[in-house]
Amino acid sequence: MKKELITLNINGDDHEIAVHPWRTLNEVLRDQLHLTGTKLGCGTGDCGACTVLLDDQSVSSCLTLAIESEGHKITTIEGLAPEAVANSNLENCELNPIQESFIAKGAIQCGFCTPGMIMSSKFLLEQTPNPNEDEIRAGLSGNLCRCTGYNKIVEAIADAAEKISPTK
Amino acid sequence: MTLPQFTFLAPTSLTEACALLEKHKGKIKIKAGGTDMIVRLSHRAVKPDYLMSLKKIPNLDGISYTPGEGLTIGALALLREVDLSPLVLEQAQMLARAAHATATVQIRNMGTVMGNVCNASPSADNIPTLVAMNARIVASCGVKEREIPIDEFFLGPGRSALQANEIATAIKVPTLAPQSGVSYQKISPRSKVDIAAVNIGAMITLNDDGECQVARISMGAVGPTPLRARQAETFLLGKKITDETMAEAGRLAAEDAAPISDVRASREYRKLMVEVLTTRALKEAVGFAKN
Ligand SMILES: Cc1cc2nc3c(=O)[nH]c(=O)nc-3n(C[C@H](O)[C@H](O)[C@H](O)COP(=O)(O)OP(=O)(O)OC[C@H]3O[C@@H](n4cnc5c(N)ncnc54)[C@H](O)[C@@H]3O)c2cc1C
Ligand code: FES
Ligand code: FES
Repeated sequence: MKKELITLNINGDDHEIAVHPWRTLNEVLRDQLHLTGTKLGCGTGDCGACTVLLDDQSVSSCLTLAIESEGHKITTIEGLAPEAVANSNLENCELNPIQESFIAKGAIQCGFCTPGMIMSSKFLLEQTPNPNEDEIRAGLSGNLCRCTGYNKIVEAIADAAEKISPTK
Repeated sequence: MTLPQFTFLAPTSLTEACALLEKHKGKIKIKAGGTDMIVRLSHRAVKPDYLMSLKKIPNLDGISYTPGEGLTIGALALLREVDLSPLVLEQAQMLARAAHATATVQIRNMGTVMGNVCNASPSADNIPTLVAMNARIVASCGVKEREIPIDEFFLGPGRSALQANEIATAIKVPTLAPQSGVSYQKISPRSKVDIAAVNIGAMITLNDDGECQVARISMGAVGPTPLRARQAETFLLGKKITDETMAEAGRLAAEDAAPISDVRASREYRKLMVEVLTTRALKEAVGFAKN
């Protein structure tokens, strides 16, 4: 069957690509564009490992058709620290404050859930700049982590919130 | 898993969309947010030749309110939009509670309330409140429109009264009568982010003497479609609303429930929970009705 030529705006750049209509945004990001920061876990909307922002709203890329993502602004984990990605150098480059807090608070173990967790955190902090613990946990309702037990992630998000929108 | 192959259709008018449904009858599926449909495709529960998105059809989004008539929730209104809509919070806050109780942040950013209704799952979060509030589903075949009372909309699990060439365009929720209240109650194995083991929507209207004039109770996940608790409703009519009458209504609702045992809950537990949640829903609804 015929592929369609579409333009996807990802992290500010336009990518012109040919896709089959049944390809998910997750498949196109990972397999065609090699933006493998976005993970694929369950493939059915349950785990959140595939979370990206579509027009600044968090969505599951595994349930989003690539073809329907045309005309929208797509943000992936790579878009949060473009410099680090461009230089493939994580030592001396600037990360997003959420990423820094995840590292500082030990919120990353195997790291598989981390990109999705961070994209969900970004959406949460945009909606609710100073969330309380319940709001943080509710904001992560669509993200599973098999390693950390969540507490460190909750701490990291509170820490990032304080850095981005100080209350004191 | 990779989705099965299909031809993707994105019509830009209702007339065109309905004509496509007619043309490809039996071989076409509709998608709105896709949070049910893409999962079903991925599981190969359906294998349509054509997948038709509603996203490019104008005027299917949005939430509006007409005084005296009520709320209109467009087919493409997202769960998130209904959850946060000031109009919904003002006119029918329990619809917002139900939308909020549905799924996860990401799924609420993608899925629609109409998709939840059309998917016709017995445990759907948004159905019981809509039944309690006596909503109507507007269906269009591209040339003609009809309104389907929600009581007649569900035919079985996954089966609705929509014809093969019809698209549901909006949900109409009538304005509540004075001295009315509504409640939505849900219980699920995990406290959050889970399909309901039992859910209850209730609406009650009182007269000046505190007697029940109208009661509508809808029970989810306890039958092949959402069920009305008819015995409880009949019992309440004309009665003074007290703790005792509400407890008895709960007991009668459990009699009307016809649950099965599955991974989420046993039949016995579900019956008990129907009783508890019905009484709880009535208490909350009566509280609103009195204010
Ligand atoms: C991880 C996850 C968690 C979930 N949790 C819950 C939950 O807690 N509670 C719950 O109730 N549901 C839950 N769901 C189910 C689903 O998200 C909801 O039912 C959602 O509201 C569906 O909306 P949609 O727009 O995505 O529907 P779609 O998948 O686009 O469509 C659903 C069905 O309705 C039909 N349809 C949609 N719109 C129309 C229309 N306008 N006219 C005619 N037919 C139409 C489609 O053909 C399809 O059969 C969950 C799903 C996932 C993936
Ligand atoms: S991979 Fe998309 S939610 Fe799990
Ligand atoms: S760190 Fe391993 S899944 Fe979260």
